[in-house]
Amino acid sequence: MTSPQPRVGVLRFPGACDDRDALWALSAFDAEAVFVWHTETDLPDLDAVVLPGGFSYGDYLRCGAIARFAPAMEAVIQFASGGGLVLGICNGFQILCEAGLLPGVLRRNESLSFVCRDVPLRVERTDTPFTTRCEEGQVLTIPVKHGEGNWYADDDLYAELEAQSQIVLRYTEPVNGSRNDVAGVVNERGNVMGLMPHPEHAVDPLLGSADGALILSSLVESARERFLQTV
Amino acid sequence: MRATVLVRPKTGILDPQGDAVRESLRHLGFAVGDARIGRVVDLELDDGDPAAARAEVERMCEQLLANPLIESYEIELAETQA
Repeated sequence: MTSPQPRVGVLRFPGACDDRDALWALSAFDAEAVFVWHTETDLPDLDAVVLPGGFSYGDYLRCGAIARFAPAMEAVIQFASGGGLVLGICNGFQILCEAGLLPGVLRRNESLSFVCRDVPLRVERTDTPFTTRCEEGQVLTIPVKHGEGNWYADDDLYAELEAQSQIVLRYTEPVNGSRNDVAGVVNERGNVMGLMPHPEHAVDPLLGSADGALILSSLVESARERFLQTV
Repeated sequence: MRATVLVRPKTGILDPQGDAVRESLRHLGFAVGDARIGRVVDLELDDGDPAAARAEVERMCEQLLANPLIESYEIELAETQA
């Protein structure tokens, strides 16, 4: 007997480039992955949403600032406020921050250089829907490729996030100038996560690492549980 | 009316672009204490009433033109030349 497939939507913005990889990887983990075009005002019936990486709308003004107003994003904001699972990868993380769904903002890398390499990440929490298959303190190897991944929160906000354990992933070495080496955060409710590294590019040893599979399969598994609850 | 919006990195926010430019200027022999890099947005507005135009541009800044976490903004208004 095959387990039921949760349906995961992958948003497509003009300028996205990792949408196909995300779709492929989610399908590989046995989700029914479907594209959602940015002009859609309603989401189809979904158990989770992924905002993939890329350069939505050319990243004009600030990365993610224009995409945040796409019609589909209004629907994503509603989906998230209803408790729906939302994962933002790279540009998707930037969009979620601009949309106010996640705390902080992503700025130009401290080096001003584009960073493209495998980086080590420590898992700080395993009780989020996105990290259930990881072990606490586990160090994952997942590639980054970004010019604006320098996450920032001011002192008050950062203290609040620490107190609420909203930092989920941290680089174990300096990567982009990100405050306290933050690589991924969740919202207070725990149903929205963003990260700069690309788990969809690390789902098979052939790609150099399969550690990204832990994040994406956690998401698919959590989406499946939610799907089963609604049946 | 014309509005000019100046968006700047807030005081205390690290500005790597500004730092790189400062270092380049020093390298050229200029005595530069600090350099900060922001953005200029020139807007043409239909509204002829300065108060209403300013309120409108402020909403634009809050919603899109600046990210209040890291940026401050200033608005300058000018009559459009006939």
